[in-house]
Amino acid sequence: MTEYLLLLLGTALVNNVVLVKFLGLCPFMGVSNKVDSALGMGLATTFVLTLAAVASWLLEFYVLQPLNLGFLRILTFILVIAAVVQFTEMAVKKVSPALYQVLGIFLPLITTNCAVLGVALLNVQQHHGFVESVLYGFGSAVGFTLVLLIFSGLRERLALSDVPKAFAGAPIGFIVAGLLSLAFMGFSGLVTS
Amino acid sequence: MLAAITSLTILGIALGYLLGLASRYLKVEGNPLQAEIEELLPGSQCGQCGYPGCTAAADAIANSQAEITICPPGGLALVEKLASKLGVSIDLSSVEDKAPMVAFVNEALCIGCTKCFKQCPTDALAGGPKQIHTVISDACTGCEKCVDICPTECVAMRPVPITLQDWHWPKPDAVVVTQVSVV
Repeated sequence: MTEYLLLLLGTALVNNVVLVKFLGLCPFMGVSNKVDSALGMGLATTFVLTLAAVASWLLEFYVLQPLNLGFLRILTFILVIAAVVQFTEMAVKKVSPALYQVLGIFLPLITTNCAVLGVALLNVQQHHGFVESVLYGFGSAVGFTLVLLIFSGLRERLALSDVPKAFAGAPIGFIVAGLLSLAFMGFSGLVTS
Repeated sequence: MLAAITSLTILGIALGYLLGLASRYLKVEGNPLQAEIEELLPGSQCGQCGYPGCTAAADAIANSQAEITICPPGGLALVEKLASKLGVSIDLSSVEDKAPMVAFVNEALCIGCTKCFKQCPTDALAGGPKQIHTVISDACTGCEKCVDICPTECVAMRPVPITLQDWHWPKPDAVVVTQVSVV
């Protein structure tokens, strides 16, 4: 049990997908202007990431490995991810049209969020079991949502503060992202094996 | 080889089937009128109407928040189609009777900077870096985005040649004037 908890905590904080592995930077910079939309994006990505991790693990161990089709891995994973994202888009449109409007183009772009494919591939690479894969996917997604929320909060404050003209807008955003990444390195001392 | 083809095919069919089911159960009852109006609009998302795209504009027209004359690239032909679709009688005299225009590249001035075709929402401009550009008139919606961006002012708007679809009888008052002048 502690093992699973450690895995969840480790993926969410210590090996954060965005700030340590540098995956999924596009929505990290793109949808972090407002806390509300960042939360919506985080939840949608959480759903997609977890479901994609589960589906890709099942595919890997029940289709690709028995048939010796490792070379089709990326192709099939992308196919599954695209389907899951399409499903999520339909669900969001049905459940919350307002959120659908806010997320706009970034919702279908979850397909190309490299964190989603990255987590699915890392699951295979690190020989995770089923439960571990689910936790790894979910933990990564929680870490992604957490970082997105923190960053959007920071950017909301930045928008109100007096930034030197040369740094206003995206440049100060990148600097803040770098500082946040440094701060998250502090978590690397959290889990010592 | 066979296993790869079969498994990918089965996977594709299964996912497609699931998505088809999902789209049936998660269908959003949109305004059917909006979809019909969006079909009529040019669909180049040029934004000249003030809405972020043709979907938003169609929504506004369907909810009567916008006039049916808001679409400049659509021109008079679109206004007439929308009026018959919505059953609105429209005072056409209020419409700026601007003949539909398409962009035209003056090849003597073009420096091949590629700025205009990066701007074009319908990919109606063809050409490459340091090559003379040209306009594919059938694809041009006359949104005038390229006119503003051109550094050498070589893009100009020219009226579309009249075809059978948009030919009108000349206005009767023009006839009256000629008669008067004859008398």
